[in-house]
Amino acid sequence: MDRLVLLVSTGVARGLVIALFALSLVIIWRAARIVNFGQAAMAVVAVYVAFAVHAATGSYVLAVLGALVTGALLGLAVERGLMRRVPGATPMPGMIVAIGLVMVLQSLLGVLFGPRHRPMSPVFSQSPLYVGDVPVLSRYDLFVLVVALVVVVGLGLLFNRSTLGLQLRAAAVAPEVSRLLGVRVPRMVTIGWMLSSAVAALAVLLLVPTELGLNAHSADVLFVHAFTVAVLGGLDSPAGALVGGLVVGVLISLVTGYASAGLAPLAVLGLLTTVLLVRPGGIFATKEARTA
Amino acid sequence: MSRSTTPPTAGSRPSAGSRPSPGATGRPPRLEVDALTVEFGGLTALDDVGLTVGDGEVVALIGPNGAGKTTVFNVVCGLVRPRSGSVRIDGRPAPATSRLADRGVSRTLQGLGLFGGMTAAENVLVPLTGRPRRSADGERAVVAVLQRLDLLDLADTAVDALPYPERKRVALARALVTDPRLLLLDEPAGGLGADDIAALADVVRGIAAAGTSVLLVEHHVDFVMAVADRVVVLDFGRVVACGTPDEVRSDAAVEAAYLGLEAAR
Ligand SMILES: Nc1ncnc2c1ncn2[C@@H]1O[C@H](COP(=O)(O)OP(=O)(O)O)[C@@H](O)[C@H]1O
Ligand SMILES: [Mg+2]
Repeated sequence: MDRLVLLVSTGVARGLVIALFALSLVIIWRAARIVNFGQAAMAVVAVYVAFAVHAATGSYVLAVLGALVTGALLGLAVERGLMRRVPGATPMPGMIVAIGLVMVLQSLLGVLFGPRHRPMSPVFSQSPLYVGDVPVLSRYDLFVLVVALVVVVGLGLLFNRSTLGLQLRAAAVAPEVSRLLGVRVPRMVTIGWMLSSAVAALAVLLLVPTELGLNAHSADVLFVHAFTVAVLGGLDSPAGALVGGLVVGVLISLVTGYASAGLAPLAVLGLLTTVLLVRPGGIFATKEARTA
Repeated sequence: MSRSTTPPTAGSRPSAGSRPSPGATGRPPRLEVDALTVEFGGLTALDDVGLTVGDGEVVALIGPNGAGKTTVFNVVCGLVRPRSGSVRIDGRPAPATSRLADRGVSRTLQGLGLFGGMTAAENVLVPLTGRPRRSADGERAVVAVLQRLDLLDLADTAVDALPYPERKRVALARALVTDPRLLLLDEPAGGLGADDIAALADVVRGIAAAGTSVLLVEHHVDFVMAVADRVVVLDFGRVVACGTPDEVRSDAAVEAAYLGLEAAR
């Protein structure tokens, strides 16, 4: 029982990181109708910058800011410099460019920093806290949980309670109608990319201390999990990303804890297959909105 | 109610539509479409189309399905590029699509084009978001227009859950909330019952009385007769007649070209 509590609470913290990353994929999907396969590589670049900031200043807060700002700027550069120049009539060209971007970024990082993992010590301890004498999640997991919740709530407020969010949603739902109504749709697409890349960078920054450390491929598995989650939830659904992230996080934690780490990917695959068989559009997918 | 109308000659052919309506002040008309030609692949959707809409004037653009009515709107809104011809709004070339609202132009779409997943109020707020207005003013404008169209009780309902007539009114409210000087309505009465159409006619007359120019596409004869100062008839992309509703109604060429108008009723 104690073990279950520990595994579930840790799974929730891991799951929220997955949920954050999945949320970033949902944001880009809604803004630009593409799955950004380059999301993990871009985020890793931002986290390398965060590492450099951390090394130079010793401040974790500045490192977080560094990751967010670099993530946003990368999103800006990729959207304005690459994606906007790719024919947008079908999603395929954009996705291919994104995959190309992964190769370029990962090779560059490999050349610059080599294959070794750079460890990052977490800002808070990783040993579990106790409630009574039941071990629950660690201080660091608690920190991750709080940060992730703040970001999720913040994004929820941004999208649902601000006029910028209204414009972002309008541009995502019906770009042509939005243009007619004076919404600057290209600007909304750019902002969507910047937001998305910043959130992904934060997710990877939160992830790294719980893994081996930082190298060019640090976020690959996170991407696969988050992509699974985004598909599970329906790429259009922020709530789906959140719930899906938690489910996958807890599933991985339980399978790893009770069976073996090697089985976790199979469990995730089994979940994905089952959901797609039952609900091909994803659990939270709404019917495709009809356009004018 | 006296409104300026182009001296009509029922039965006059394409040039009639392109004659500018000389305002008493000599100002350029609110909307001036001149010699517009649009081609889609091999299809000539518009052929030398001209029409004007003066200040506070209601002009109905009628014609059978596929005549090119929506295409006229699309050109005015910058969504379709004409092969030749010009569109001038208040004497200046029409702006890019996303600047229409700044120039006082609003449009409704034949297919409504509401934002799914948003409430009625959110839909109506969207056109105000890009403008440098205080948000309190925006809220007020939204409430005012919702009230005017009898939608206030439904403000927080998701548009997907509204019945068709109400959704249609949300689309109209979204076009009106910016207080446009030129309003383009694409089949505003389509799919509505008699009561809703009568209410809509009141609203359109009120808008025009307040000085807004209205160009509307509509099949519904009674509605057109009730609100239009002038009627422009399109057939196969050409203006085949232009005049007051009565003149157009008694025009033989219109009947020949456009039996659908009576049939649709
Ligand atoms: N974007 C487009 N591409 C190709 N053909 C089009 C396009 N828009 C309209 N058309 C064609 O142009 C003609 C006029 O269409 P439209 O303006 O929608 O007619 P109306 O609104 O009078 O019913 C039709 O034959 C239609 O199929
Ligand atoms: Mg039409």
